[in-house]
Amino acid sequence: MEVTLRIKRFNPEQDQKPHFEEYKVEVEGTDRVLDALNQVKWYQDGTLTYRRSCAHGICGSDAMRINGRNRLACKILMRDLGKRITLEPLIGFKVEKDLLVDMEAFFDAYKSVKPYLIAGDAPGGGERRQSPAQRAAFDDTTKCILCAACTTSCPVTWVTGEFVGPAAIVNAHRFIFDSRDEGATQRLQILNGGSGVWRCRTIFNCTDACPRDIKVTEAIEQVKRTLLFDQV
Amino acid sequence: MAYQRYDAVIVGAGGAGLMAAIQMAGKANVAVVSKLYPPRSHTGAAQGGISAALGNTEEDHWQWHMFDTVKGGDYLVDQDAAEVLAREAIDAVLELEHMGLPFNRTPDGRIDQRRFGGHSRNFGEGPVRRACYAADRTGHMIIQTLYQQGIKHDVNFLNEHHLLDIIFTEDGECAGVITYELKTGEIHTIHAKTVLIASGGYGRVFKITSNALAGTGDGIALAYRHGIPLMDMEFYQFHPTGLYKLGILVSEAARGEGGIVRNGTGEAFAARYAPTMKDLAPRDMMSRFIYQEVKEGRGIDGKDYVLLDVSHLPPEVIDEKLPDVTDFARVYLGVEPKKEGIPIQPTAHYAMGGLPTNVQAQVIRNAAGETVPGFYSAGEAACVSVHGANRLGTNSLVDLVVFGRRAGKQMLEEIQERDFPVLPENPDAYAKDSLSSLLGREGGERVADIRKTMQEVMMDKVSVVRDQQGLEEARQSIAELQEAYRHVSVQDKGRIYNTDLTEALELGCMLDCAETIVYGSLERTESRGAHYREDFQTRDDVNWLAHSMISRDADNTLSLEKKPIVITMFEPKERKY
Repeated sequence: MEVTLRIKRFNPEQDQKPHFEEYKVEVEGTDRVLDALNQVKWYQDGTLTYRRSCAHGICGSDAMRINGRNRLACKILMRDLGKRITLEPLIGFKVEKDLLVDMEAFFDAYKSVKPYLIAGDAPGGGERRQSPAQRAAFDDTTKCILCAACTTSCPVTWVTGEFVGPAAIVNAHRFIFDSRDEGATQRLQILNGGSGVWRCRTIFNCTDACPRDIKVTEAIEQVKRTLLFDQV
Repeated sequence: MAYQRYDAVIVGAGGAGLMAAIQMAGKANVAVVSKLYPPRSHTGAAQGGISAALGNTEEDHWQWHMFDTVKGGDYLVDQDAAEVLAREAIDAVLELEHMGLPFNRTPDGRIDQRRFGGHSRNFGEGPVRRACYAADRTGHMIIQTLYQQGIKHDVNFLNEHHLLDIIFTEDGECAGVITYELKTGEIHTIHAKTVLIASGGYGRVFKITSNALAGTGDGIALAYRHGIPLMDMEFYQFHPTGLYKLGILVSEAARGEGGIVRNGTGEAFAARYAPTMKDLAPRDMMSRFIYQEVKEGRGIDGKDYVLLDVSHLPPEVIDEKLPDVTDFARVYLGVEPKKEGIPIQPTAHYAMGGLPTNVQAQVIRNAAGETVPGFYSAGEAACVSVHGANRLGTNSLVDLVVFGRRAGKQMLEEIQERDFPVLPENPDAYAKDSLSSLLGREGGERVADIRKTMQEVMMDKVSVVRDQQGLEEARQSIAELQEAYRHVSVQDKGRIYNTDLTEALELGCMLDCAETIVYGSLERTESRGAHYREDFQTRDDVNWLAHSMISRDADNTLSLEKKPIVITMFEPKERKY
């Protein structure tokens, strides 16, 4: 079937401001949006620019706005989208070129929550013990692929650069609730600050946007409850 | 021109590169160069597990793991390297756990382990639980954990730098790399005492592949252009269970947990070919079994695919241990694995070949094992060789952790002993020439057309089953495509984020990889592991119990040097499962 891709274009080397361009491509219903983008880039307009790598929803490169919602271009099929598809870059970060945005602020926010195990020396010889139940307590948030779909779907991040955003909190959660970790106090202190969880307005956009089906809002709420009731 | 200087520069931020970087962090001035952001690296797509003879759920020994690795590789494995792999796997897995990797656990809180293809107890008696795992996203957990450690140790990441060249001195010593920084358009000369190529594989030379679009063999091809030989390139693994037409990987863990591959008659045919290991026969064999079933008309509806059936497994096993791969089937094929079989076909998955190294991850320039000062490789880009003619499932993750770590340690030593090599005059001349010729040309050939033809030729003639006629045709086609590539042009003439340009550069690298795969496949007149010749169906230990080192000289003539296999414990035997 033939579909029309309406793509927001911006090349800072040429353009004053962004504009839309339309491309017609022949696709199968089972093609990914990424396949359609590749068709444009490979056979119509080589200047079209976006990130991509694994093409099956694991590497987190190709989050973008697809018909107004944050999705991975490699995890949405054409049959679910209709004949006219609007593709735009993520909102909230500087557009570098076309569908590609500056990710530095995103990774800076991620790094600010100390996203690594903080623990003393491991017991001699073997692994640290962790029961299946303890392991399950943070399973959901280990799935994050740092695609930024959640953070850039959050209206709070659109209006203030102060909020660390859902993705950073998800990654803090992953360690706060890991029984092996000893850094929860440090992270909770960070998330209790001005850029932390209290900026969340429980809008659930993040949960809707997550291509890994992480219950993002719930994870944020769990951090809030821990701060309030000191459950760690 | 931007100039930077480091004790060590690591190309590639996947498992091997990050593991090496973590060893050196705080002890030397290190930079990690990646054309992506580190967590986008293809290590993250690995699914099923990382093997180590921990013996957490049943008896196991590193010698059994070593034997399986050697046998799985059809005895083309260097056994000194396989010993390092199997012994050090144990520490490596524990180190990952100490770094925070969230492995699945046994009821008593130890790292859980499961079965995997080709991994056996007591030298082949039957399957053993050796694969440590985190659901079916073990690679994701490894890349995340190592990236986290990189942040913790303040590793200097140069993200979105595309490798343009590797710098060598006139004496053939490595002196750094040249990169294109996508964000600024700047060309960087990165001067270094030591360089590690950990840039991964090149599955994208084939039409159906599990590999990321970034898997284009850049580091390997650029070294090859500087006269470094490539080893065992004819051994390319096709994973038996890729999603039909898409090639997306469905982990061997699906079969490790009890999944069965069925043909068009519903028969679990693997048992007919491999009575002991059945569906857990190694990947090269499973791929050939599927090829044979399809050829004899027992594909599904006579087509070129079969079904991977996990519908008999308890639903909680599917949800807890195979969540991602079953999700792929739902999202991309609209198939519910709890109720029906998943359409699968062999998919180009892993390069056993690559840059030849010793067990310290130092690249060697000839069969005598002479090292190239300052030059290292690890992970899929390298050929140690621990995988021989066919890699066992889970051993890629073991490889990159074990030999990434070794690379880092050895580089630290060399950094102490070595001064900065003197850069050649205009070290970036080659890089700038290749960019300006691509950008300067108008019209001409289109990257996508050449790439598509290459991928089809490689799939049709150089994949699971090969013969002389097909390979001769492939050689001719690749030569024509290389000629066409000389006239290729790009539409994007801009400086920043010019991915039209980087795709063209990647195609050039893939064509070089393809050339060596075809050449090695033609020369090797035997069948061994993943290299199966219909016209030479048996293994020929008299003539071919040897690695192949392929080089290209200044006249574009290819030659092959044989390198003897290191045999320590296990004499080559017929390979039965």
